[in-house]
Amino acid sequence: MADVLRDAAERLLDRLDDTSRRFVDALDVGGRGVVAPMLRDRGMRVISCDLSPAMAAVNGGPCVAADEEFLPFGPASFDLIVASLSLHWINDLPGALLQLRQALRPDGLLLASLPALGTLAELRSALTEAEAEVSGGASPRVSPFPELRDCAHLLQRAGFVLPVADVEDIRLLYANPFALLTDLRAAGETNAIRQRTRVPPSRALFPAALTRLPVEQDRVAVTLRMAVMTGWAPGAR
Amino acid sequence: MSEPDILSPSVDPRLLEVLVCPLTKTALEYDRAANELISRKAGLAFPIRDGIPIMLPEEARTLED
Repeated sequence: MADVLRDAAERLLDRLDDTSRRFVDALDVGGRGVVAPMLRDRGMRVISCDLSPAMAAVNGGPCVAADEEFLPFGPASFDLIVASLSLHWINDLPGALLQLRQALRPDGLLLASLPALGTLAELRSALTEAEAEVSGGASPRVSPFPELRDCAHLLQRAGFVLPVADVEDIRLLYANPFALLTDLRAAGETNAIRQRTRVPPSRALFPAALTRLPVEQDRVAVTLRMAVMTGWAPGAR
Repeated sequence: MSEPDILSPSVDPRLLEVLVCPLTKTALEYDRAANELISRKAGLAFPIRDGIPIMLPEEARTLED
C-alpha cells in the first residue's frame, strides 16, 4: 500500500492522543487497509466502509461497500469516525458530514483529513508551467481542494460542536519523480476533475514537468498539505 | 454446531447491529438463505458478497410485491 497513505493516517491518528476520551466502536471511512489495523491496535472494534467492495475487503475486519452520500448506518452506532484522505472524493460533502454526525453517539468524534489547498503545490505548478510551454495552454491535472475556513464551516453546518480545521504539512521525499507518480496512483489519487481535458497529455508533458520539481538531498520533494477536521457530536442533554 | 457455509461466509453480527437501509434509514431484515439484506420500505434487497454487505442502491435487487 502507498506509503503516503500510511504517513497521513499516522499523523491523523496522533490527534487521538490529544484527548483523554477512550473510544470503543469506530467507523473507518475509505481507509484503504491502512487505518483499520491502526485503530484495532488501539483496542477499538472497527467497521470499515468503502465505495469499492474490493477496497472494503482489504481492511481485514467487518466491512461494508457503501456510498458516503447514502450511508447505511443507524443513528448513534459509533463513538469515533475516521476518514483519512477519503472525503475529497465525495460530491456532496455537506450531506455526507450530516450523515456521519448522525451515525455518531452523543460526544462522539469525527476525525477527518482532506488534501488542502496548497497540497502537491510543487507538482501542480510544475505541470502547469510545463504544459503551457509544451502545448501553449494549461488544464487542471491535479484535483482542486477546499480551503480551510470552508472545512470548519461545513462541520458547523452539519451540526458538529467545537469544530476545528487546521493544517498539517507532510514532506514527502522520493528517490525519483516517477516514484511520486506511482505512489499517487497506488493511493488511488489521480485527477478527480470531470472537466479535465479529455486529450491525453503530450508525451513531453510529464518529463518536462518532473524535471521542474524541487530537489532536496538528491530526492524530489513535494508537500502533502492536509486539512485536519475534528468535530464532536453534541452531548446528551 | 452448524456446518460452516464455505460458499457464503456469514456476515459479521456487529454489522447486522448497525446497518440500516441507506435510502430510508430503516431497519433491514437479514435473509440468511438468500444472503441478502432486505429493506421493505425501499423495496430493495442488498446482496452480501463474500461476507461484505453491498449497500449500494444500484447493486440492489428490486423486490416484487
